[in-house]
Amino acid sequence: MDSVLSADSTAYLLAFIAVGTAATFATRVIPFAFFSRHSEHPLIQHLGRYLPAAVMSLLVVIFLLRSGHWSAPMLGLDALVPSLVVVALHLWRRNALLSIIAGTACYMVFQQSGLF
Amino acid sequence: MVYDASPLCITVCLIVFNRSVFQLTLPVLFGYVPLGMAFGVLFVTQLDYPWWGATLMSVAIYAGAGQILAISLLAAHAGLLEVFVALFVLNARHLFYGLSLLGRFRGAGWRKAYLIFGLTDETYSLLTSRKRHDNGSDEQRKDALITFYNQCYWILGSTLGALLGRAVEFDSTGIEFALVALFIVLTIEQYKGLGESLPVWIGAASAGLCLAVLPADQQLIGAVVVATLTLLGHYRLNQRRTAANDAHRNGGHSHG
Repeated sequence: MDSVLSADSTAYLLAFIAVGTAATFATRVIPFAFFSRHSEHPLIQHLGRYLPAAVMSLLVVIFLLRSGHWSAPMLGLDALVPSLVVVALHLWRRNALLSIIAGTACYMVFQQSGLF
Repeated sequence: MVYDASPLCITVCLIVFNRSVFQLTLPVLFGYVPLGMAFGVLFVTQLDYPWWGATLMSVAIYAGAGQILAISLLAAHAGLLEVFVALFVLNARHLFYGLSLLGRFRGAGWRKAYLIFGLTDETYSLLTSRKRHDNGSDEQRKDALITFYNQCYWILGSTLGALLGRAVEFDSTGIEFALVALFIVLTIEQYKGLGESLPVWIGAASAGLCLAVLPADQQLIGAVVVATLTLLGHYRLNQRRTAANDAHRNGGHSHG
């Protein structure tokens, strides 16, 4: 490394990381800090029961849309086909690792071979 | 004199290593190492800071999208208030994750702070989807290990990326799909565990709506907010229905 790091820029980097850490931790700790006493409230119980499933499926939809090419020749098949592989394998064998590895391998082949 | 630390290291590894937790977190390993490497490479190629800056960020901040955004903020020498606001808004979806884990982390003692600190999308997914037994503290110990393993993968990836920089090129294009596959598997598991598909549809519809109307950087938080609000409406509806049933049955009790 030939760039000489000044004390100033190291100080900025450290301050930056401290502030970034505080902001990120704040988003994670606020519910525990403010709602801890209400963990038995039926509304919180309701969220605890249903929110994970809703969050999981919205993560799928959002990340799936970002993994595929949705324009003319591919129409998202480069992401949809591997996803169907995951769903089918998982419904069949219910082995999480197998489903994930097979789907990922399928996606990698599509992305690297330019098949689609 | 050189002190040989290897027996200590081996002991620590034996205590910390847990085969079932490792297997559970393997998909996150496949996702986090390449994504962490992408972050590390970006960090050293876009910025004039030493490699350990990337490692320190992964240890202290530990937020994938947040750290990638941080690179552009660092490059622009952004003000610290701006940094705080940007990272808070970007990670705001985590505000909602805690709501469904309040009871689960209760009484976790010193582990609780780390469980909260390490609550990424992927860790949240694993913690809320895995099978649990009644023994609370044993389960919390496992939760903490899952959180710790996941963060280790992230730190490992970003450090490798920062050290190797552009020097080594290997074609792992597409391996980050492991995270999408993980989310698909966990959605199926959530559906099977709940025996209800309504929340799955609520999540998917919220995402569809936000993908259609919001810019890319607001879609995730938008979808979490819409899904949470819909579940609040769902709760209200259930409450009213239960109340109506109770009135109908003239004081008969309902099941939650």
